[in-house]
Amino acid sequence: MIANYGYQDGSGKYFVTIDTGKCEDCLGRWCVDACPQSLFLIEPDDYNNEVATIEISVRKKLKEKCVPCKPAGGHEALLCVEACRPGAVTHSW
Amino acid sequence: MNMVEENKEFWRWSEKVWRDETMDWQGSESITAGIDVGSVSSQAVVMVDGKVYAYHSTRTGSSSPSSAHKALDGALEGSDLTLEDVHYVVGTGYGRVNVPFANRAITEISCHARGANFMAGPSIRTILDMGGQDCKVMRCDENGKVQNFIMNDKCAAGTGRGMEVIADALGVPIEDIGSRSFETDGRPPVVSNVCTVFAKSEATALLKAGWSVNNVLASYCAAMADRVAGLIERIGVEPEFFITGGIAKNEGVVNRVEGIIGVRAIPLDESTNLDPQIAGALGAAVFAQALLKKERKKATHQG
Repeated sequence: MIANYGYQDGSGKYFVTIDTGKCEDCLGRWCVDACPQSLFLIEPDDYNNEVATIEISVRKKLKEKCVPCKPAGGHEALLCVEACRPGAVTHSW
Repeated sequence: MNMVEENKEFWRWSEKVWRDETMDWQGSESITAGIDVGSVSSQAVVMVDGKVYAYHSTRTGSSSPSSAHKALDGALEGSDLTLEDVHYVVGTGYGRVNVPFANRAITEISCHARGANFMAGPSIRTILDMGGQDCKVMRCDENGKVQNFIMNDKCAAGTGRGMEVIADALGVPIEDIGSRSFETDGRPPVVSNVCTVFAKSEATALLKAGWSVNNVLASYCAAMADRVAGLIERIGVEPEFFITGGIAKNEGVVNRVEGIIGVRAIPLDESTNLDPQIAGALGAAVFAQALLKKERKKATHQG
């Protein structure tokens, strides 16, 4: 399943997309460990598969929470995207 | 304008209850229930042997557990079926973890897709749910299993709450907005669709500038449709397309969304007596049916 977590408002679209089908092949918790803002969780989905998700309390704050990892924060690549070996994580902005 | 009209709650939508009077639940093998406690409305659907027996849609109160009880009590009122007779309950919606009598909680994303699949059939691939305080789009397979989803619940624009604000601001009963939005002289430009507060201000200014109420309604429906279509286009639309949630009953928004994305929504078959607002609870009841079957199979195997 392609899960789009985030929101859209007047300033733009801020979604972190996780292809949870790839989480089933994941042997580590690299996204969880890589995110300095602790935005990622591993938890069972509705079918009891362990998948990555974005912590619910921050889903409407991604624009601010992800700033430290964006180019404005001095990074060339997003830590969560780089850390995810199955390539399940992408950002919309 | 008299005092009655001044105090009228234009935002208040009709609560609904329905039961299949011809169905006899006694002697049935499985009785399941789905409870959807949303931020604005709560629904309960009771199924008997996989068929819809009763449902109730009501406004959510300040307490999720109380709202869950109220939804189910309303569905069962007048029937001799009680909560104790229900074999399995699934809770969903924002308040799903606060349904005290639920056996399991399942996300509204999964439940809406499953409910839409039950309502409109296995050909459904794209579902738009315009709820009270959120708007979501789901792509699913022939079994109603979600393949892709996106949700926007950050603000009221594109949601039922936004429509309630406009209904009150313009003094139009919310259930009349859709049809009245087509009774216009021309095609008015859209109001701001990024914020309900801004849209309300714009609507008020347009009335003062001499616009008719219907023209303003048309403009707001178009703005909402534009907002929602943007979300649909982000994950793409694959026919067949189906719309659930309260705003599915607003033809002013529905027709305009269809026009923007270029795909017509499958209409809900009226002979089913189902309501698009119950899709989440219906999907939860369908999940309950499957989980009950699994549980019984496991118990039989272990026995």
